Amino acid sequence: MTSTVPRAAEATESRGGDNAPATRSPRHETQRSRHWRENLAGYGFLTPWLVGFFGLTLIPMVYSLYLSFTSYNIFSPPEWIGFDNYIRMFEDPVYLNSVKITAIYVLVGVPIKLAAALGVAMLLNYRDRGAGFFRSSFYAPSLIGASVSVAIVWRAMFSTDGPVDDTLSFFGLEIGGWVGNVALVLPMMILLAVWQFGAPMVIFLAGLKQVPRELYEAADMDGAGPIRKFKSITLPMLSAVVFFNLLLEIIGAFQVFSSAYIISNGSGGPAGMTNFYTVYLYKRAFTDGQMGYASAMAWALVIVVAILAFVLFRTSKMWVHYQGDSK
Amino acid sequence: MSTLREIRTPVEPTPGRRADKPRFTRKQINTAIWFVVLMAFTAIVLYPLLWLLMSTFKDNSEFGQNQGLVPNDPTLDNYVKVFEGIAGVPMWRFFTNSAIIAIAATFGTLLSSSMAAYAFARIRFRGVGIFFAAMIGTLLLPFHVVIIPQYIMFNNLGMIDTYWPLILPKFLATEAFFVFLMVQFMRGIPREMDEAARVDGAGHVRTFTSIMLPLIQPALVTSAIFSFIWTWNDFLAPLMYITSPEKYPLPIALRLYNDQTSTSDYGATVTASFIALIPILLFFLVFQRFLVAGVATQGLKG
Repeated sequence: MTSTVPRAAEATESRGGDNAPATRSPRHETQRSRHWRENLAGYGFLTPWLVGFFGLTLIPMVYSLYLSFTSYNIFSPPEWIGFDNYIRMFEDPVYLNSVKITAIYVLVGVPIKLAAALGVAMLLNYRDRGAGFFRSSFYAPSLIGASVSVAIVWRAMFSTDGPVDDTLSFFGLEIGGWVGNVALVLPMMILLAVWQFGAPMVIFLAGLKQVPRELYEAADMDGAGPIRKFKSITLPMLSAVVFFNLLLEIIGAFQVFSSAYIISNGSGGPAGMTNFYTVYLYKRAFTDGQMGYASAMAWALVIVVAILAFVLFRTSKMWVHYQGDSK
Repeated sequence: MSTLREIRTPVEPTPGRRADKPRFTRKQINTAIWFVVLMAFTAIVLYPLLWLLMSTFKDNSEFGQNQGLVPNDPTLDNYVKVFEGIAGVPMWRFFTNSAIIAIAATFGTLLSSSMAAYAFARIRFRGVGIFFAAMIGTLLLPFHVVIIPQYIMFNNLGMIDTYWPLILPKFLATEAFFVFLMVQFMRGIPREMDEAARVDGAGHVRTFTSIMLPLIQPALVTSAIFSFIWTWNDFLAPLMYITSPEKYPLPIALRLYNDQTSTSDYGATVTASFIALIPILLFFLVFQRFLVAGVATQGLKG
């Protein structure tokens, strides 16, 4: 055994194997040099990513954690102040307000967006003809939704005497512009998010195509109505896709920045109603030069997102069914 | 539903009136309703874009008066004005800046992400598991936690107001989405393909360049399109790092219009916004199937 197998391994896996001295165990030698070569190749190919991971992600994260315990304005060295930044967050009404509107944006916007995505996906799944055209049309906003151009269009459309105001006035709803209205500017931002339902819709559609038709046919035979079929077949079969979309949309919604920044001209107004978490963080860091406080805010966001992701993953065991383990 | 149709269809072609032309079946009627509903929905969803396009032909005096689609007095004045530029910088300059950044970033992303993906998918080296988990972790990480230290670092390196902070990270595979997409794609490729090459004496570098890269072309195209569009649209990074107007990419230049002229020159603002979208809309029209397929299989966000 020790004589035939290593020869084969030597011939196929090591180019220098022919010259390997026969006195030392050839198998050991080639195995080791092979491992060494694999490690070298692995780290060679991974070098750019490793430099990026350590230099632009991990070390900055640690540094940001350190900064969050300091008072730092980039011009003078950081000054250790312990937990003061974190305590200050709970006493800062502007911060608490930004948490509140971001939470509303996530809690209201994400479910509406996903409901729209699922509804339209089911509608598209109903017939095949022309579905490709509709799918692409609905997807387009997702691609451009975060751009400055769209933020400018949105602001123009919802301003006083803009197209939306005009249309609503035509139906007798004289509510004026949404942009400067404290009560309406957040719904307007949520509408902008919902408008980009195309990306989760496409993912739902891919999931719907995987649901076996026989399940619906069997349900038809049993006389199940459409609501029953949706609850007992569609939702359970799609639960993994729902989970995936939910996770991505929540994390994405927490980080809304450019549209709010553009629509409010960087002010977060009116009355702080577009002062989303990351907008306030940016202003604190780069307008006010409070890098320590902003770092604490960033870390609070990381912790909240990590907790949410953890809770989602944990509870997912109760409602996400993966194909194969349902039976 | 189906039983109903089966009963009705044979009854339909009753002799007498139009025996040769049966009336619509239930299924056809449903399809027609379906089509009309979706068309109406499409009209609503695409209306803002159509409104933007049509508004670029409106005279400044029409804004606030005519909110419909059709300009009262179509004009190309807005385009003429926009191409003259703003703040002493011509429009083509912003456009070129955006193109330089987006092309360099896309090239860097493809190169570094495919290399990292090859290491994760095909090389068994010490630590691969930990690093792969770390890569997945960065997928979910709110990136705002690193922008402050990164800013301090690039500031210390004297790179503020250069394109380095916008391009360099792309050459270091910082967008984990693309690494993940390519890993998934490579895992779908039969191992025999590259193992055959290895048996023939090709090292990892040869296997990567002449076997793997050609095989993952669809993933490379999808990544290239998304990388280009995301960089083209990116607002936060240039907002932080680029300070002189002649170096502005389009999104920051748009802000110039938005801030300085929004009240006086609505037409120019809207037209500049539209021009900034043109490359993306073109990309979308040409590659829509690629994009939608990419989202469907990899869960990429737009």
